[in-house]
Amino acid sequence: MTKKQTPSQTIGPFFAYGLTPEQYDYNLNSVAMPQLTGENQEGTAIRIEGQVFDGEGAAVGDAMIEIWQADTAGRYAHPSDNRGSNTGFKGFGRVGTGTDPEQRFFFETVKPGAVGQGQAPHINVIVFMRGMLNHAYTRIYFSDEAEANTTDPVLATVPAERRGTLIAERDTRKGTTVYRFDIHMQGPKETVFFDL
Amino acid sequence: MADVFKPRDWSSHPAYLSPDYKSTALRSPTKPLIPLTQSLSEITGPVYGQESVGPLDADLTKNGAGTGEPLGERIIVTGQVLDEDGRPVPDTLIEVWQANAAGRYVHAADQHDAPLDPNFFGGGRCATNAEGWYAFRTIKPGAYPWGNHLNAWRPNHIHFSLFGPSFATRLITQMYFPSDPLLELDPIFLATPEGARDRLVADFSMESTEAGIALGYRFDIVLRGRNETPMDS
Repeated sequence: MTKKQTPSQTIGPFFAYGLTPEQYDYNLNSVAMPQLTGENQEGTAIRIEGQVFDGEGAAVGDAMIEIWQADTAGRYAHPSDNRGSNTGFKGFGRVGTGTDPEQRFFFETVKPGAVGQGQAPHINVIVFMRGMLNHAYTRIYFSDEAEANTTDPVLATVPAERRGTLIAERDTRKGTTVYRFDIHMQGPKETVFFDL
Repeated sequence: MADVFKPRDWSSHPAYLSPDYKSTALRSPTKPLIPLTQSLSEITGPVYGQESVGPLDADLTKNGAGTGEPLGERIIVTGQVLDEDGRPVPDTLIEVWQANAAGRYVHAADQHDAPLDPNFFGGGRCATNAEGWYAFRTIKPGAYPWGNHLNAWRPNHIHFSLFGPSFATRLITQMYFPSDPLLELDPIFLATPEGARDRLVADFSMESTEAGIALGYRFDIVLRGRNETPMDS
């Protein structure tokens, strides 16, 4: 029995009370938060922050970003990863860009380990917003993994001049490692989006 | 070894750039998507099911109720979540959000001059059972005006968000109601390829109707299926 996929539609401007209610202070619990780490989380704590820019360079205040990542040892908490995660790390985060005065998003998580040989550590990203009829997939790589990035099979498929759009820049702020990852929907710095 | 997922079927989904839906102009990627061979990063994904659903989450006629009942027409929305091969997608979370009967969202940014309902919130969630079936109870949402063009109105709709078994199967969509005259005027619905549009419209379902309580609508959802070729690992 062959079925056809249900078409995607936009998330629209009013998703927050349904999908990110705690962040936006609505009276419903959230299934996922911008904080991915519990107490005593194994691994290196990091913060990821950035903005989403439209084709005129304006920061988008009604986008939702989701991330899915491996734990510090490169394992996914999912049945298809037969190694499992044994650090109690779920690896999924969700944030809206509408609660920060500069429309920034942020995640508090741990730096993922490499998932497989030859792969560079990375975080899988989905971008949703009003004005997008399909979600867009991208990836976050890390500026302090320059050597691993040179062998990563996915980065290798990206034209060299566009790879930089996938690499989050490392900074240290008050003892916390912060990676900056901006998402440009259009323009000379247009982020690489994947068809997977 | 694990199965990879069939590609997104671009003959079923809207184009990123759909000029009649004006907000797509500055928010759609202009460069072609880069093909990515699926690996563990894509065939795994967050696992959310029945354990994420609270006692009132699947009853939107109750989960925002203050001292009374929400206004509007009570409805049941039910259906089966399947993959492209017709296999049920079991124990997966469905998140929904919608306007109230007057066409007003509780979202702080909604400025439409229609009343909020002190007994209706409009957000909820449910999960599929072992055979892929889900159901929730709510109030039929109203139409509302939006700024896309002069006298633009969104048809009645409910927003759906699904995970499915992997990051690759993620889907956000909207369910519409049958015989809505606004459908043929709505740039978001019309951005969908013509042959795929009817998959976004629920069927009225006498079978799902609860006598004396609520009208039933049936909305089946199809997520990406699995390829026969397993992933190299």
